[in-house]
Amino acid sequence: MVMFWVTILAVSILLYVLLDGFDLGVGMLFGLAPDEPRRHAMISAVAPVWDGNETWLVVSGVILWGAFPVVYSVLMSAFYLPVLLMLAGLILRGVAFEFRHKAVQMRWIWNASFVGGSLVATFMQGLMVGALVQGLPVSGDRYAGGEFGWFSPFAIACGIGLCVGYALLGACWLVRKCEDEVRDQAYRLIPYLAAALLVFLIVVFAYALAGDFAVMTRWLDRPSLFVFPVIGMLAAITLAASVHRHQDALPFPMVALIFVAAFGTLAISFWPYMIPFSITIEQAAAPHSSLAFMFWGEGLFVFPLMLLYTVISLTVFRGKVAASTDHY
Amino acid sequence: MEITALLLSRLQFAFTVSFHIVFPSFTIGLAAWLTVLEALHLATGRPAYRVLFDFWLKIFAVAFGLGVVSGVVMAFEIGTNWSDFSRMTGPIQGVLLSYETFTAFALEAGFLGVLLFGRPKVPPWFYLFSTAMVALGTTLSAFWIMINNSWMQVPVGYVVENGMFAPNDWAKIIFNSVVWSRFPHMLLAAYLTGAFCVAATGAWYLLRGMFIAEAKIMLRMGLYLAAVLVPVQIIFGHLNGEYVVRYQPAKMAAIEARWHNEQPASEVLLAWPDVANRRNLFAITLPPPWGSLIDSDSLDAAEVGLDSIPESDWPPILIPFFSFRIMVGCGVLMLVLAWVGTYLSRKGHLARNRTVLWATFLSFPLPFVATLTGWFTAEVGRQPWVVYGVLRTADAMTPFLTTGTAIISLILFCAIYTFIFAFGIFYIYRLLRAGPVGRLLPPTAVLPNRPLSVVGEPDAAAALVRLPAGE
Repeated sequence: MVMFWVTILAVSILLYVLLDGFDLGVGMLFGLAPDEPRRHAMISAVAPVWDGNETWLVVSGVILWGAFPVVYSVLMSAFYLPVLLMLAGLILRGVAFEFRHKAVQMRWIWNASFVGGSLVATFMQGLMVGALVQGLPVSGDRYAGGEFGWFSPFAIACGIGLCVGYALLGACWLVRKCEDEVRDQAYRLIPYLAAALLVFLIVVFAYALAGDFAVMTRWLDRPSLFVFPVIGMLAAITLAASVHRHQDALPFPMVALIFVAAFGTLAISFWPYMIPFSITIEQAAAPHSSLAFMFWGEGLFVFPLMLLYTVISLTVFRGKVAASTDHY
Repeated sequence: MEITALLLSRLQFAFTVSFHIVFPSFTIGLAAWLTVLEALHLATGRPAYRVLFDFWLKIFAVAFGLGVVSGVVMAFEIGTNWSDFSRMTGPIQGVLLSYETFTAFALEAGFLGVLLFGRPKVPPWFYLFSTAMVALGTTLSAFWIMINNSWMQVPVGYVVENGMFAPNDWAKIIFNSVVWSRFPHMLLAAYLTGAFCVAATGAWYLLRGMFIAEAKIMLRMGLYLAAVLVPVQIIFGHLNGEYVVRYQPAKMAAIEARWHNEQPASEVLLAWPDVANRRNLFAITLPPPWGSLIDSDSLDAAEVGLDSIPESDWPPILIPFFSFRIMVGCGVLMLVLAWVGTYLSRKGHLARNRTVLWATFLSFPLPFVATLTGWFTAEVGRQPWVVYGVLRTADAMTPFLTTGTAIISLILFCAIYTFIFAFGIFYIYRLLRAGPVGRLLPPTAVLPNRPLSVVGEPDAAAALVRLPAGE
């Protein structure tokens, strides 16, 4: 049961990162679009699916709360301000989808809130992951690090790194969904973003090694785990080739693969801890009666349905966004 | 009252959850109404249904967006401000909320894209299906939330284990007797909200003499539905009172401002409860046994007074007392309006009766006010407990949360919500003002101003007279 819910949680977080990652990324790149037709094309590329994407954040949150309540309570209370700012960002960008279409003179406000909200939400997510990697002070069942216990240069760097990563996912999504200038501009951006992301990943890895982070011992103990970075590298090479040859469909899955590799690397570094190195998966798990009740209903039946909705929604809106796509 | 992190956290939760509930209670009803319209359109082929669908879909989209973003906040705020609560009740409440997210949130989010953007891309039956799935999702969401909240009101089916509430009987938790009066009560509130907003919009257009065909459909459907549902809602409201009497005597005593035990009991209709001196000023009171009759369906039942309950277990008195009366007042007004309007409509006089049309137009805040004050009664009345009788609100908070941090988050939420609420309401108002087919051409145009009733092809006709609404 515990293993089942760890797996589902990991899958949900990964899906969230990949799915909301691309629409948050498009949100950040939106700021670079010089005119209204291009902005319209960019937002049309994500508008039908963003709500479904963001649902995976809530899915991850409630699995954490139901199946691993200790971790939920420690993380949320530890990251009070980052969570607050992430939510503020998600609110502002979420309403912008509808509002910017309804606005006349005030449209610039919603354009700005779309870009700013995406940027802040992404940065805060990266920052929280970074702080978690570096280690949160926990005593007993409670966080014990104070209001700014999450603040560190490393966490800030991770925030910036995730912005670059999501922007890259977003650019690859635009290449896949758009045509003409929007696609061409995205193609021009991808090499820079990809290079920046790779540099970031290498620096983080080196910093973690040099800084003697506790998570790194796992890597030195088990060198076979380096298969994940290798997968990431291969994906990066394929990405470079596909961008060079302008194969619109390929860059997105390759960047997604890089994210999967990075996620796998991170997950294995943590194992068997949920909050390194104070709370393990077993310690965090809710009573068996909770996990079993979740398993027999939502785990066995509803979770596959949710994957199905995601597939249906991505299938209905597959292919390029027509230039003339109108709002309903 | 001293400003503490606890007070600020309570204010923040009250503010964000009150803001949130306004939108689901509107969109649950609206989603059901959209499904009905789409089904009617498919069944009858009548263009007016399609026009109404397209029109209300735009309003639904804005309201739904506000509901989603404010709902995501709730899923995290419980952990940030109430970490001890979330740790202790996670094995039950986290699980119930995960069911909500899995069965409801994901369903509505999955099909919302099709509902908003997918009509040209999918067959009509699938479009209707998607609309119905969004409606089902919103309803299931309310269902799980009500189970969850009912567990906080009347906790059952658990044992305390390692400082956590571990579930030991899920059937008891889900089939908690109070759920089955509270869930219908909330669902009916949502349907009534939709009904009154639709009827008010119809009345507004009739008063302005525009979109007559659509306006009459809206007015009729809204008022007829309300005429049937308000009495049912009052019955469920009464059934809710029974669980409060049985399980939460302090809440009931506060609602009734009943200071002493009485048998049979009198009923305070209106008063100013003087808490310091434990008495009511300016009271208008029905003599016994009205209180027993209303609270316990009995002529001689004993009713508990506040002075037989330790003061440390009292909820605040004034909020439940007044919010309950405001809710009931709104309910009575809605009942009168729905019945008078329906009667006039059956007689064929409604469209000419400007007084009733004005009253209907101005009635749209009533269901929102009733929903909010109903929740204030239930939630403030539950204090000082967060899980009734077992966990106090004061012990549920994040223990190390400082006043400064809590002020920052409260101010930020207030600022953002005010900002998006103001714009959201403005955009909804503008959509409503523009009406179902956008602004009409000036009367000098040769086109008839009711193209839909005279031209067979709705889209072409509508396109001829449609000017871009709001842009």
